[in-house]
Amino acid sequence: MTEQQALFEYLLRLGDSGTILSQRLCEWIGNAPALEEELAIGNVALDLLGQARAWLEYAAEVEGAGRDADALAFLRHEREYRNLLIVEQANGNFADTMARQYLFDAWHYFMLQALCTSADERIAAIAAKGLKEVTYHLRRSSAWVKRLGDGTEESHAKMQDAIDEIWTYSGEMLIGDEADQLLLEAGIGADLEQVKQQWQAHVTATLAEATLTQPAEDSYMQTGGKQGYHTEQLGFLLAEMQYLPRAYPGASW
Amino acid sequence: MYAQLVDTGVKRVKGLDEMSPEERNFQEKIDAEIKIEPKNWMPDAYRRTLIRQMSQHAHSEIVGMLPEKNWLTRAPNFKRKLQLLAKIQDEAGHGLYLYSAMETLGADRDEEVAKLHSGEVKYSSIFNYPTQNWADMGTVGWLVDGAAIVNQVVLQRTSYGPYSRAMIRICKEESFHQRQGYQILLHMMRNGTEEQKAMVQDSINRLWWPALMMFGPHDSDSPNSAQSMQWKIKRMSNDDLRQRFIDQTIPQLELLGCTVPDPDLKWNEERGHYDFGEIDWSEFYAVLKGNGPCNRDRLRTRRNAIENGAWVREAARKHAEKHNKANAA
Amino acid sequence: MSDWTLFEVFVRSKHGLNHKHVGSVHAADAAMALENARELYTRRSEGVSIWVVPSKQITASSPDEKEPLFDPADDKVYRHATFYDLPKEVGHM
Repeated sequence: MTEQQALFEYLLRLGDSGTILSQRLCEWIGNAPALEEELAIGNVALDLLGQARAWLEYAAEVEGAGRDADALAFLRHEREYRNLLIVEQANGNFADTMARQYLFDAWHYFMLQALCTSADERIAAIAAKGLKEVTYHLRRSSAWVKRLGDGTEESHAKMQDAIDEIWTYSGEMLIGDEADQLLLEAGIGADLEQVKQQWQAHVTATLAEATLTQPAEDSYMQTGGKQGYHTEQLGFLLAEMQYLPRAYPGASW
Repeated sequence: MYAQLVDTGVKRVKGLDEMSPEERNFQEKIDAEIKIEPKNWMPDAYRRTLIRQMSQHAHSEIVGMLPEKNWLTRAPNFKRKLQLLAKIQDEAGHGLYLYSAMETLGADRDEEVAKLHSGEVKYSSIFNYPTQNWADMGTVGWLVDGAAIVNQVVLQRTSYGPYSRAMIRICKEESFHQRQGYQILLHMMRNGTEEQKAMVQDSINRLWWPALMMFGPHDSDSPNSAQSMQWKIKRMSNDDLRQRFIDQTIPQLELLGCTVPDPDLKWNEERGHYDFGEIDWSEFYAVLKGNGPCNRDRLRTRRNAIENGAWVREAARKHAEKHNKANAA
Repeated sequence: MSDWTLFEVFVRSKHGLNHKHVGSVHAADAAMALENARELYTRRSEGVSIWVVPSKQITASSPDEKEPLFDPADDKVYRHATFYDLPKEVGHM
């Protein structure tokens, strides 16, 4: 694997994760548990989509194959998608969505923080802009985890279930592979070991405050999303998202 | 409009000489274009009518998110998806501005929303039509938001202060919505394939008449208009607003290279306005009564959202209670 | 009945200007009210600072009593800078 290939993979992972999570959040619009939440969910979806576009624009340039960000997002098949498994998981109820969001946000926050000092200036710039937005995402999702965890008996049970269900998808973002290693050595990528420690500290503190039980440390972790091995959830999501560009090849919108 | 057929509960408009001193004082303020503020004295009927009008307007913004949400997850590229999401988010915001203004009259948002869900209070008929192709995202922005803007620009001068201020804010934010919609259509007409152009024309064919219905019945069939005009919570008649909308829209339609499904539409040199055909009012009233293609879906979606979210709101309240107690201790 | 509490929202649009009332939000607690207000009233970077106050905590004067409350100030023209005529030579003050 060359550094250029690794960089392309790396940017796809960041871009695809944002694209897919944003798509999931869009599904909530019109269905949120309070009108104020319609705005908040929309805001997070909007931020993630904007960031995803920036990552994929750069990915397209690095690839140099004449594709643009839209082609990457709307014309790749599920095996070519590099998003984390956690973001493609279905919305479930509001607790499921917030558990997914919080575990992702905590990773995203420390990840972007690390990328702010990347030797690749373009990455550092996108990360710095994104970090401001994600700071707010993390504050919001951790607040909801605490509210629901330490709310009513019903919300506590739902939140605990949600954490238990999604947990198996939370390990992947902290496990490096060849591309991660190569870019770390080049001073471009984030140090996942460091991100892991920060993530664990944040999650442990938040779950404790939320009166929730953290799943066992040796829980089995699903992996594969970063390499294009997905759950069955992703195909349907893409079928919906990519419908127009696929039904009308070559059309401009 | 977004609030069609608002009942004032008033049978006959009173003249100044028939009013009590309080009523006269109130009416004179309105005549002098002095805004009525929340704690001012106001006739009960004015308060009730305003609550009804503002809640209908707010409900329309919220229900109006749904036909666009229908294509949000299928938007064809990053740019369009970002624009559409921002627009839908604004609509949620506009609904909240209006509920907020309504609450200054002592109304409770949750109670008014419950009336929407039970079918007691309506929202604009336009949102009971389905969005069937991507061009509908353009047409909704151009025609539906366009029609709404014609009305809202006038309502910026409405007599109730908080309503007027909400309208000013909404108009300022909404200026991008109509342009965004028109640009979607223009792009498809100028750069699109034959299939895409057909999509645009089909969309206009389906939504043209429903858009005209947004302005409500003819003035002669609007028994509440006179009172609403006297109170200046309505500032132009339905027919005048509709005419203004058509006059400004047809040149834009021609620029697109599209047509509207109205054989009677033509410029009348003498009147200085476009003439147009008669609206199918039986369809309008059927939709208003709940028999539009999407009435049931729209209400079910909104009801489910609020009902399914009850445990979330309850948990947040409970958490706040515990937290406040802990702080106080 | 309302699920959540009604909060009035005040936004300072630029440094140096006063907070201005812009409307209200519903929220379970003050922290959530701040976030909701941010989403609702500063989507176009309209604000640098937000206050939220439970609506119940606000005591308002009645506009119909405007005269006794505010008219006495009307004749205190000496509170206003334009009351003081100064020779042109003084320049801007």
